[in-house]
Amino acid sequence: MSDAAAHAMEHHTSTGIDSRKVAIWTLIGSECLFFASLISTYLVYKGKSLVGPLPHAESQCMLHGAMQKCEGVFEIKLVTTGTAILLFSSFFVVMALYGAQKGNRKMLVGWLAATVMCGLFFVSMQVYEFNHFYHKGMGYGTNLFSSTFYTLTGFHGSHVSVGVIWLSTLLVLAIRGKLPPEKSLNLEIAALYWHFVDVVWIVIFPVVYLMR
Amino acid sequence: MDAHAHAPAGEHSHPTPALYFKVALVLFVLTALEVMAFEAGHGGMGAGIRPVIEPIVVELLLVLSAAKFALVAMFYMHLKQDSRLLTNLFVFPILLAAGVIMGLIVLLQYWRTVGAH
Repeated sequence: MSDAAAHAMEHHTSTGIDSRKVAIWTLIGSECLFFASLISTYLVYKGKSLVGPLPHAESQCMLHGAMQKCEGVFEIKLVTTGTAILLFSSFFVVMALYGAQKGNRKMLVGWLAATVMCGLFFVSMQVYEFNHFYHKGMGYGTNLFSSTFYTLTGFHGSHVSVGVIWLSTLLVLAIRGKLPPEKSLNLEIAALYWHFVDVVWIVIFPVVYLMR
Repeated sequence: MDAHAHAPAGEHSHPTPALYFKVALVLFVLTALEVMAFEAGHGGMGAGIRPVIEPIVVELLLVLSAAKFALVAMFYMHLKQDSRLLTNLFVFPILLAAGVIMGLIVLLQYWRTVGAH
């Protein structure tokens, strides 16, 4: 596509910013309030569970109908790895965007594929974690901790899954050569959503896993 | 043609890969510091500095988390370069969200205290 044709495709708005970009930022703003309600619910009920399993090790708690020493369910090393991977995926997607804007298809496809792989790893980590907790006797309704934890991290995980599907469709388009520099805004919008998912985890990780 | 030529009004060219990489490194270091603060405050690591870290571990984790949040928003989400309208669209709900979290915690704490008496 020529520069003139690309220029003709641009949307002219009163703000001077593409409407799609304003729309994704508005969505991100509303999502901030959604996650704020979930985080505040988690914090309000933090430490109020009457029975185990509990997030961190306690000398005494009610577990399987008897007072006993409780082991913490969290595996900090695994979640730290997941956090680092998600942070790196944010770096990978900006590199993919840079490639898309410069018309470097090899760079675009490589970094975007790496981003999708990171997203898949994070979702797999969460599936493993939920499965592990369930086998330790922590169902959704076991205690206040489990209900608020599964709701908060589950909704975040579903957002990551949506991001993975979104980026995967763009990856297929990029491989087919249908994501030229003129259409790089499509990737920029998906990348903004992906970064938002990342910043939400930046808040969830210390609040849920590291603060006692 | 320069990078600004086709950028819509209110938007500027995005950072370079070198800057993106530096930000990624800082984010990684901040995450490592978070885990080290947790281990020093509650875990087995750094027993010598535990009395110093333990009372401030929550504040420390919040500061580190806020720093990571700001770095991603400014450089990866391009708020530093893009229009201020987009910054406002993000910052206003963030402030509202912080208010919701603080308000709910204070309110529930108040009712628990009243209920206890």
